[in-house]
Amino acid sequence: MNDAEKTIVELRDVHLAFGDNEILSGVNLAIPERGRVVILGQSGGGKSTMLRLILGILKPTSGGVLFKGHDITGMKRRRLNQMRQRMGMVYQYSALISSLSVRDNLSLPLEELTRKTRAEIDKAVDEKLAMVGMTEARDKMPSELSGGMRKRIGLARGIIMDPQLILYDEPSAGLDPVTSSVINELIISLSDAIGATSIIVTHEMESAFKIATHMAMLFQGRIIASDTPENFKSSTDPVVAQFISGDTIGPINEGTAKP
Amino acid sequence: MLQHMSSIVWLLIHTVEEMGDRVARGRFPFRLSIFFEQTERTGVGSIPLVSLVSFFIGLTMALLTGYQLQTFGQERLVPALVGIAFTRELGPLMTGIMVAARIGAAYTAELGTMTVSEEVEAIEAMGIGPLRFLVSPRVLAVFLLLPCLVVISDVTAMTGAALISRWAFDIPFRSFFDIALENVLIRDIIAGTVKSFLFGLIIGLVSCYKGLSVRGGAAGVGDATTSSVVTSITTVIGFDTLCNIVIVALFDK
Repeated sequence: MNDAEKTIVELRDVHLAFGDNEILSGVNLAIPERGRVVILGQSGGGKSTMLRLILGILKPTSGGVLFKGHDITGMKRRRLNQMRQRMGMVYQYSALISSLSVRDNLSLPLEELTRKTRAEIDKAVDEKLAMVGMTEARDKMPSELSGGMRKRIGLARGIIMDPQLILYDEPSAGLDPVTSSVINELIISLSDAIGATSIIVTHEMESAFKIATHMAMLFQGRIIASDTPENFKSSTDPVVAQFISGDTIGPINEGTAKP
Repeated sequence: MLQHMSSIVWLLIHTVEEMGDRVARGRFPFRLSIFFEQTERTGVGSIPLVSLVSFFIGLTMALLTGYQLQTFGQERLVPALVGIAFTRELGPLMTGIMVAARIGAAYTAELGTMTVSEEVEAIEAMGIGPLRFLVSPRVLAVFLLLPCLVVISDVTAMTGAALISRWAFDIPFRSFFDIALENVLIRDIIAGTVKSFLFGLIIGLVSCYKGLSVRGGAAGVGDATTSSVVTSITTVIGFDTLCNIVIVALFDK
């Protein structure tokens, strides 16, 4: 973890506030290369915000966000866009472009950002669709797909540029247990297949323990624990223990005013 | 108000910058297919509305002014009046208002829905500039197509006025258009054309800005669409007044 060469993303004392509302108050986190890091935390606690900071869509109030050793917080747009091409983001509600077919959704970044020929693009699209098991949906529109199918297309779009880093925002939220397991297995197999690092934001413990090679817990704007899943399970930290067990009585309810 | 205005200027600058970046890398700044889709929608799609409304306004204007002028025996001024009023003022203004309501609302609703469903953010996250990808073809489509619609508006208004003048005041078609052409100056046509481009730019920028700055789900899209149409129309009328003052002060008499 502390080996700088093996770290792909690093957040250094990141603060973020919207007006008076402080979301992150000094987040320090290093993401090891080729790992599958699950970030746990309460709903609305700033987990998704962390992903948007890594993508450079939001700028921190203070602190640094490093991707492969480059600080992206002050980066020019052109350079930032080059960095983004090495990242893939999978949205909670897929965020597929509704006016484009599945094939066009997947080929969009390739057409816009690379100089690949039509045949190469079609090949890449078919390959990625096969990886998520959705070849038959190629000519459908996003509105014709179910939530689980859309999520899979979202996964395929996330990896279409063969990124070094894939960010997942609540990948199994709102899906039935079976589809949820399928998505979990896809996350594991996809990151292995393209050798990418994954950061997964979730509050579903079962998925988290299935996927993670490393875990971090965000609580009240800070990372309060960062460890292996095994150590997380046996953690004596009262916040972590309450989060994992799902108890209604504990420091999480005391710490926040909201019920 | 000032904040919105500076944001719209910011939007224009950043859109041009993103397009410039793209051109610098030897690629076309936006997708032509999206651009033509938008020109078809903005231009061809607006022709029935613009021509119908302009036809009736031209007709009514000729009828009402003609009856007033007839009492002084001056009804032969009608062609000049309608001609000048439309090429210079009513053509751009009416077309601007109609396009703001028809196309501005559509752009805002479309981009607003895309913003709410995180599609715009997803485009940005992929490293594709959403401004050049989404905003530039739309703004360019209204900017370039509004003047064309104004020409159609002018022609149909004159046709309406000519028809009613023939029937009510016995002005033959031929002399109607001859009188109109004699009285419409190049200055009027230039003023009308400059305004048309300006209004197109205003409508495009305002509606895209309102769409991209939507907050708060479906209700937010509704509010933004209303606000977009109201802002576009008032801004168009405001700039129209400003243009008229400048033109009168600098060029008339």
